[in-house]
Amino acid sequence: MPKLTIDGIEVEVPAGTTVLQAAEILGIEIPRFCYHERLSIAGNCRMCLVEVKPGPPKPAASCAMPVAEGMDVRTDSEMARKARKGVMEFLLINHPLDCPICDQGGECDLQDEAMTFGNDHSRYGEMKRSVTEKEMGPLVKTAMTRCIHCTRCVRFTTEVAGVPEMGMLGRGEHAEITTYLEQALDSELSGNVVDLCPVGALTSRPYAFTARPWELRKTESIDVLDALGTNVRIDVRSGQVLRILPRLNEAVNEEWLADKSRHAMDGLRQQRLDTPYVRKDGQLVPASWEEAFAAIRAKVAGLDGSRIAAIAGDQADCEAMTALKDLMGVLGSTNLDCRQDGAKLDPTVRAGYLFNSTVEGIESADALLLVGSDPRWEAPVLNARIRKRYLAGGFKAGRIGPAGRDLTYPVEELGVDPSVLIEIAEGRHPFAEVLKAAKTPMIILGMGALTRTDGAAILAAARKVADTTGMVTEGWNGFSVLHTAAARVGGLDLGFVPGSGGLDTRGIQAGCASGAVEVLYLLGADEIDTNALGKAFVIYQGSHGDAGAHRADVILPGLAYTEKEATYVNTEGRPQRTKVAGFGPGEAKEDWKIIRALSGALDKTLPLDSVHQVRARMAEINPVLGTMNAVTPAAWEAFGTEGPVDTAAFTTAIANYYMTCPISRASPTMAECTRVFINGNQERTGTDG
Amino acid sequence: MSGSATEAFQFTPEYMEQAKAILAKYPQGRERSGVLPLLDLAQRQLGWVSTGVVEEVARITKTPRMKVLEVATFYTMYKHSPKGRHHVEVCTNIACWLRGSDEVLRAIKDELGIDVGGQTGDDLFSLAEAECLGACCNAPMLQIGDEYFEDLTYETTRDLVRKLKRGEPVKVGSQIGRSGSEPEGGPTTLAEFCTTSKVGGAE
Repeated sequence: MPKLTIDGIEVEVPAGTTVLQAAEILGIEIPRFCYHERLSIAGNCRMCLVEVKPGPPKPAASCAMPVAEGMDVRTDSEMARKARKGVMEFLLINHPLDCPICDQGGECDLQDEAMTFGNDHSRYGEMKRSVTEKEMGPLVKTAMTRCIHCTRCVRFTTEVAGVPEMGMLGRGEHAEITTYLEQALDSELSGNVVDLCPVGALTSRPYAFTARPWELRKTESIDVLDALGTNVRIDVRSGQVLRILPRLNEAVNEEWLADKSRHAMDGLRQQRLDTPYVRKDGQLVPASWEEAFAAIRAKVAGLDGSRIAAIAGDQADCEAMTALKDLMGVLGSTNLDCRQDGAKLDPTVRAGYLFNSTVEGIESADALLLVGSDPRWEAPVLNARIRKRYLAGGFKAGRIGPAGRDLTYPVEELGVDPSVLIEIAEGRHPFAEVLKAAKTPMIILGMGALTRTDGAAILAAARKVADTTGMVTEGWNGFSVLHTAAARVGGLDLGFVPGSGGLDTRGIQAGCASGAVEVLYLLGADEIDTNALGKAFVIYQGSHGDAGAHRADVILPGLAYTEKEATYVNTEGRPQRTKVAGFGPGEAKEDWKIIRALSGALDKTLPLDSVHQVRARMAEINPVLGTMNAVTPAAWEAFGTEGPVDTAAFTTAIANYYMTCPISRASPTMAECTRVFINGNQERTGTDG
Repeated sequence: MSGSATEAFQFTPEYMEQAKAILAKYPQGRERSGVLPLLDLAQRQLGWVSTGVVEEVARITKTPRMKVLEVATFYTMYKHSPKGRHHVEVCTNIACWLRGSDEVLRAIKDELGIDVGGQTGDDLFSLAEAECLGACCNAPMLQIGDEYFEDLTYETTRDLVRKLKRGEPVKVGSQIGRSGSEPEGGPTTLAEFCTTSKVGGAE
């Protein structure tokens, strides 16, 4: 461990550390533009110049200089200060002075560093260079005249996103950052280049000219648009969510955020349910809470529990599911399910439905088998983690499922149907040897494999693969289920599944069609076939007027994830809590409170009078929900049902990444993304502005 | 010299042969090393580097097409639009300029009636300014294709262009007959060595 002195303070750091990192350990800030912890070192902005002795008598770029024994670094000497001033003056030669109309204003590295390290005037009177705007798609807006060529965006798209479509063309004064032939940046992580850009060259197109950072109230929360549970910061002005940014969590999302989670938030303003509705003479008419509850009471009172059913949707929170489960309990119904896609997950064994390896654990895996999963769409940030593992070397991935989809790392196509999985489980397939030879092999089981009718047999086969190839050892469990719904693990943890003799999602739907089920409670469940519910009386509780609400007989307006403090368990089994960032529209209420109030109206009052009681009840049902932000390893027990598998090819769980939930379906930005990326319509029409 | 920017490009069998020979120099998995020579090869076949060329070279060298485009736009020797059969690049940097590159340029403009960046109607000539091409000893100079033409004057330049127009053979290198970059009128030092070893000197 070399020992060096920075500004007179001695520090010992591991070999290979750069001077800039060593200074950071000491809390000494060295200005930088191109350097970023998670990207390769470029060393081209020259802002981090420091004086280093011994060495040539000139300033050195601290981001690219490894520490050496006995180094004497000065970050505040006359030489360092002059060097920075010079670099800043050069950077500003061509940088426009358009801060008042620049969206980066107020959170701009260049602005801040020019104030701190720059001159108070410029010695250049020449014309500044101007660069035409580049088309990068519906999410990234460009003003390339502001670009200082740090190449962070190029390195991010090449290294992290795995889509090498950005680059710097030309050289010297004519260098320009652009995408290949100015095509839209086809990555689910493209929004991150906006965060990375240290100036206002790349800004968020949907957020353009919306707000200044100092006007926003910032709330740290959790994203629920996929099952990863990305940690986010929600920026709100006057109660309206204006943007969502990622928040650092090494264990979950590092510092990245997927495009849907970032930009679907304009769907929070569209199609909202702001008052209860009751269907009268075939028409949904606005009603008061009392009227809505009375309508439900009139239908439910005296009805046998077996004729009532409940389905929880993909964004239902644990508090609401706890309350609804208890309400169904007192009504005497065992017909409840949180798996609206019909996934054959075994709720009795926790290890059977968790991403047991954990997201961070992907980095220690050395072989991967993907089964019926497309992580690039199901959890883009998790996919970036797999790519990170691939880039580290010594990693082999195979896929059983639809072939040809680029996951940003090479995968061996093993086949498209479950027979290959059986072959691997029985050791008859060459890839079984790859997994056996690996020290920490893992399997990612997607919803594309489990939502089939033979899902339980596939689950059992996947478990057998895990057993026979040594995926479960002391301190390592490579059996990982990748969910697509933020609510799924929480629902399974709470036992929001059919009780004894109860119906599952398919049974409930069939029951509704046949008339066996008379009342169906949909807790934000929109992804089921709502046209096939027969004559059932449908209660829809949720935030958006989506498919479920259209079919409903009574609508109870709930809150979206940005408006309530609610618990979600991510695919690894990590309970996390959202915070109240803004307020819901009109009469919309917190979901568990609606169910609690309804229980009172039905004369079956639940003993849940405060959120503390709800949370205590949650922890009573499943103790893991009592500890936030921690993954509790699950015991490896028997699950799945061995049986014959179908030979039909696996399909993917998501048809359109940009529209998977009521919020994203209501979002104009996601509609635009669908037009460009899914329908491949790159040309902008005249009305696009 | 043909084709639009988006037209697909393929090496002819002869050029493909050469491309394979180039790639054989690099170890497997390092095909990316062949980007520069292959771009050059494709330019020799097509006359310029089109998008089709970029994509074909990217495919052959297993390199992201954006990286190939970055390389292609970094070097000025790759042409990004079709040029004349004789692409005349006149050095106008300091040494050539002091030695009369303005006259050289004027000679070409007078002879062909085109300006810098222009191209003759018959696509025979195109004219460009070049940064220092490293032949300052024999300034002023210009480059056409792979050949240097040095020690130019207004007259010799016009003569050169006239001959090219008519398809007559031209004298490559110094137009006043010096070899390499030796002094005008033969060597002034090591004269004896030069004579015996037959290096340099007017032959």
